[in-house]
Amino acid sequence: MWKNRSINTANKFRKRLFGMGENDGFVFKAVVYLLLIGIGFVYLYPMLFMLVNSFMSLDDLVNSMVKWIPSTLYFENYAKALKVLDYKTTLLQTLLVAGVPALLQTVAAAIIGYGFARFDFPLKKLLFGLMLATFVIPTQITMMPTYLMFKKYELLGSLETFIYPAILGQGLKSALFILIFYQFFKRIPAVLEEAAEIDGAGSLKIFYRIAIPMAVPSIIIVFLFSFVWYWNETYLAGLYFGNELTILPLELQRFADSYNKVYPPGSPGNQLNEAINLAGTMLTIAPLLILYFVLQRWFVEGVDRSGITGE
Amino acid sequence: MARIRLTNKRRKALIGLTFVSPWIVGFLIFTMYPMLHSMFLSFHRVKITPTGIKTTYVGFENYKYAIFSDPAFVEKVLKYLQEMALNVPIIVVFSLIIALLINQKIKFRGLFRTIFFLPVIITSGPVINELLNQGATSIPNIEQYGLFTMIENSLNPVIAEPIMYLFKQIIMVLWFSGVQILIFLAGLQKVDQSIYEAARIDGASSWEIFWKVTLPDLMPLVIVNVIYTIVYVSTFALNEIIILIKNNMFSTITGFGYATAVAWVYFIIIMLMLAIWTGLLSMKKR
Repeated sequence: MWKNRSINTANKFRKRLFGMGENDGFVFKAVVYLLLIGIGFVYLYPMLFMLVNSFMSLDDLVNSMVKWIPSTLYFENYAKALKVLDYKTTLLQTLLVAGVPALLQTVAAAIIGYGFARFDFPLKKLLFGLMLATFVIPTQITMMPTYLMFKKYELLGSLETFIYPAILGQGLKSALFILIFYQFFKRIPAVLEEAAEIDGAGSLKIFYRIAIPMAVPSIIIVFLFSFVWYWNETYLAGLYFGNELTILPLELQRFADSYNKVYPPGSPGNQLNEAINLAGTMLTIAPLLILYFVLQRWFVEGVDRSGITGE
Repeated sequence: MARIRLTNKRRKALIGLTFVSPWIVGFLIFTMYPMLHSMFLSFHRVKITPTGIKTTYVGFENYKYAIFSDPAFVEKVLKYLQEMALNVPIIVVFSLIIALLINQKIKFRGLFRTIFFLPVIITSGPVINELLNQGATSIPNIEQYGLFTMIENSLNPVIAEPIMYLFKQIIMVLWFSGVQILIFLAGLQKVDQSIYEAARIDGASSWEIFWKVTLPDLMPLVIVNVIYTIVYVSTFALNEIIILIKNNMFSTITGFGYATAVAWVYFIIIMLMLAIWTGLLSMKKR
């Protein structure tokens, strides 16, 4: 009896605070916003920290009174970081290194995904299983023989080390991209293609006249993610490119060394400090940030349209 | 001249194979062959000379050294196992919570989404490293707060340590969860709304709906995300083991042979990890 009543009161209390159905209680809402703002701050904190500190002069850095607001906007850090990163050249190279393989990978993933989704052929299940399995194979297993292979054919130091695997569906996280296209093409009703076939269109024509135009959201998403991942891939880039090609994150890795080359240690007023480091970091991610804010609709909203989760 | 008539089915199969053929060729050249070759190298001592590669067969020597003698590797593996046991559930649970939060009808939803997906684009080792070095990824001066000293002093170290670890690493962990949030969010948006309505009419609370409707529905995606997280964290450019592998590659003492052996041992560890996690999760499902 007592137990029953206490459950009843507890339920009423819960209803008031946590809400029922559509009408969420006040506590519930407050908790949601607190969490959102709290977690959001955790994400923004490093960005803000970086942005603020990159504008600090040496005086501000040393001054313990200056924590969040630099006394003056000090652009010298950026000027130095631009020079050390050799920004214009490096940026162009990074765009090339990220853009070309990403484009080719997208095309390859679309073709392969279409093949798996729309046709039946012997060993299809086995091949598809192998394709998915490649996702979990760490590059560390395959990179050494691949490195030796590139060395043998004198491809090291050229973009081809990224291009060939990308064209052949073995680029960065290719399995994931093929899967996205696979899921997408699986969903298109077959009627359209059958109609085109009756009209005498060949398979290739059906692919690029009917399937591809419908897959535009998937194409954009795959390209963007591929681009971002190639942009950030320092491990393989460092191994395959040697000193011939470089990307911004790699240059950031070597920042301290390059800095000492441009501004030899000992020259007065030119010591490397954290503000210059952070200016370099900021410059490295700035292009991606701009891309993200301009195209955020595609990153944020487009995922469900791309069929990443299947049906 | 015997003309081979292709049936429609066969013709289709051929076309399908043509579409998939780039992948088959690529798989043979860039996955199958390197895997076999690295397996071969791992049983050898490898010397790279200007004229070519010289290999001497050493049996399981490289493996034995890695597992029993190399202090750096063993220590890093233990640390890795510990980190994975903590980080994988934290990352997956966090991304699920965030996905649930931003899937609701809230104000400034677009803004919050934009912020929470930042980790999707900032994923390169050097950038995160730079942030780490500058101390931007942990809550500043965490040791100063009384709460944490209290936790450290009053709780058993077995419990206190993971809690402290979580607080110190929180930003790092969050930065690993961009894609996972995307996957959960996409899944949440596909859950049939009429099921929710039915559950509500039957008087289920949000809490009950989550455990009895949403979570079972999302279970396949939980597994996908666990796999993704394990693979992502394991192959991240700052992971100490993969740095070790790269350093060994060009070491004059150990070289390619040893590096491949380490890579294979690591691969087996990752696979075991995946097997254990997916096993556990699919058991729960039943």
